[in-house]
Amino acid sequence: MEEIIKVENLTHTYGIGTPFERSAVKDMSLSVYRGELLGLIGHTGSGKSTLIQHLNGLLKPTSGRILLDGKDIWAEPKKIRDVRFRVGLVFQYPEYQLFEETAYKDIAFGPMNMGLKGDELDRRIRDAARFAGLRDELLDKSPFALSGGQKRRVAIAGVIAMEPEVLVLDEPSAGLDPRGREELLEHIRAYHRERGNTVVLVSHSMEEIARYADRIAVLAHGKVLMRGTPREVFSRGGELVKAGLDVPQTTRVAMELRRRGLEIDPAVYTVEELRDALLARKKGGAR
Amino acid sequence: MLKDITLGQYFPGTTLAHRLDPRTKLIAVVCYIVGIFNCHSAWAYGLMVLTLIVSARIAKVGAKALLRGLRPVLFIIAFTAVLNLFYTPGEVLWTWWVLKITREGIRTAVAMMARITLLITGTFLLTYTTSPIQLTDGLESLLNPLKKLRVPVHELAMMMSIALRFIPTLIEETDKIMSAQKARGADFESGGLVQRAKALIPLLVPLFVSAFRRADELATAMECRCYHGGEGRTKLHVLHFAARDYAVLALYLALAVGVIVLD
Ligand SMILES: Nc1ncnc2c1ncn2[C@@H]1O[C@H](COP(=O)(O)OP(=O)(O)OP(=O)(O)O)[C@@H](O)[C@H]1O
Ligand SMILES: [Mg+2]
Repeated sequence: MEEIIKVENLTHTYGIGTPFERSAVKDMSLSVYRGELLGLIGHTGSGKSTLIQHLNGLLKPTSGRILLDGKDIWAEPKKIRDVRFRVGLVFQYPEYQLFEETAYKDIAFGPMNMGLKGDELDRRIRDAARFAGLRDELLDKSPFALSGGQKRRVAIAGVIAMEPEVLVLDEPSAGLDPRGREELLEHIRAYHRERGNTVVLVSHSMEEIARYADRIAVLAHGKVLMRGTPREVFSRGGELVKAGLDVPQTTRVAMELRRRGLEIDPAVYTVEELRDALLARKKGGAR
Repeated sequence: MLKDITLGQYFPGTTLAHRLDPRTKLIAVVCYIVGIFNCHSAWAYGLMVLTLIVSARIAKVGAKALLRGLRPVLFIIAFTAVLNLFYTPGEVLWTWWVLKITREGIRTAVAMMARITLLITGTFLLTYTTSPIQLTDGLESLLNPLKKLRVPVHELAMMMSIALRFIPTLIEETDKIMSAQKARGADFESGGLVQRAKALIPLLVPLFVSAFRRADELATAMECRCYHGGEGRTKLHVLHFAARDYAVLALYLALAVGVIVLD
């Protein structure tokens, strides 16, 4: 697989030279492959948001490099805006950044900064709104008159409309109800599949990551603790729990059953797989 | 970047200077300032500098941190010094065109520079060792007698502490919104004046919206906890004068009185 973004020995220290000095990311290396949906997970304060703000050059590494298509993004600091159009970043609680009179105009902000006009601009806005799951009639409303979930979709559409090669989302589902979460994530998955674009999804929830990510990187204390497919990562559920992280409920049930002597493949992590594994055992006649 | 702004920033610590009652420190600073403005001779200035150094040592505040507070007023210091240097009448030492430097001019220029420097660093020492909340508490308590004159001391103090409490929050929020808009290609750094002013709209609108939202939430939260102004309100941290407070007060009062009487 081809690397689209490569993080090389990244360290970021906040507040250098003050009593509040603190390294949020320490000597971290990580690759993002073209076309994958990478899940980033880690406990609060593990450095997820700090890491992803480096991917589009909002933060500058204290040391280390970020390569986009093999080129250091800070090689030409003047061109950092182009990097931001290629790597689209949706912040945590992005609904607080809306400012225009209508949702339509707000979504247009990014593409207009790229210099787009006319039909192309309109096409992008409508496409992005569709990907984010916004109905057409909402586009003419004031963003401040929308519900929290709708506002968030407007904000996400505002980044998708720039048609970035990599879409990075920082906890897009935080603070939504379960149904809103699922809908939003389904939309993101559909976008990923239809466009074939690279997506980096940051999340607190193991369940979410387990369901949507092709590959997972687990962060703890500013470092990458584990990386691999969901299957590989969750089969090491014990280590995750030791590192103070959550594991999907299914993995927890499977771990407990295993502890009680039931032989279940450690790689099982979805409800369906666990069900099949249990049924298979039942048919097999053991217990 | 925005975080680098120091608003007389508090450095947490446990030194004697940190543990003093905020009222003591406020009064001490007032004494110190009165002292500064009554200094005339070199020994008096020397005494003032010595007091500052000893106090800073006790508070474990480095010279660098103290002098950093001077940066924003450097221009004013230089300006005052130059004005005094050239425009004080007296025994002329040097002339060029309309400019002349007098012995008295040099003396006043140096004295003014010393005064402003001591004034600023002295107050900075106060804010470095006293949290904003303690400061307002101390101020409220010191201004309490004004209540008799119907000055809304409590309300003013509450407004001040809320404002102080929300400055870092607002700075953080500004930083965040700025980053979010930059991620959408906003450019705050280039272009002419009009363009730059226009570029601020995507920053200011969300900032105001969120400030109003916060104010609303805070008001609701305060009402939910039955806040009804200062009437009959007690404090969580009651201010107490300890022996060390009396000692420090005595020293600073002596300093001020000494300078006034002897110099
Ligand atoms: N602007 C900042 N200034 C100083 N310290 C910061 C700043 N932003 C983050 N930190 C610190 O860096 C560490 C990592 O923060 P970061 O926001 O990257 O964590 P996170 O993994 O995104 O957490 P969460 O899941 O809560 O969003 C934290 O300890 C935080 O206190
Ligand atoms: Mg975060």
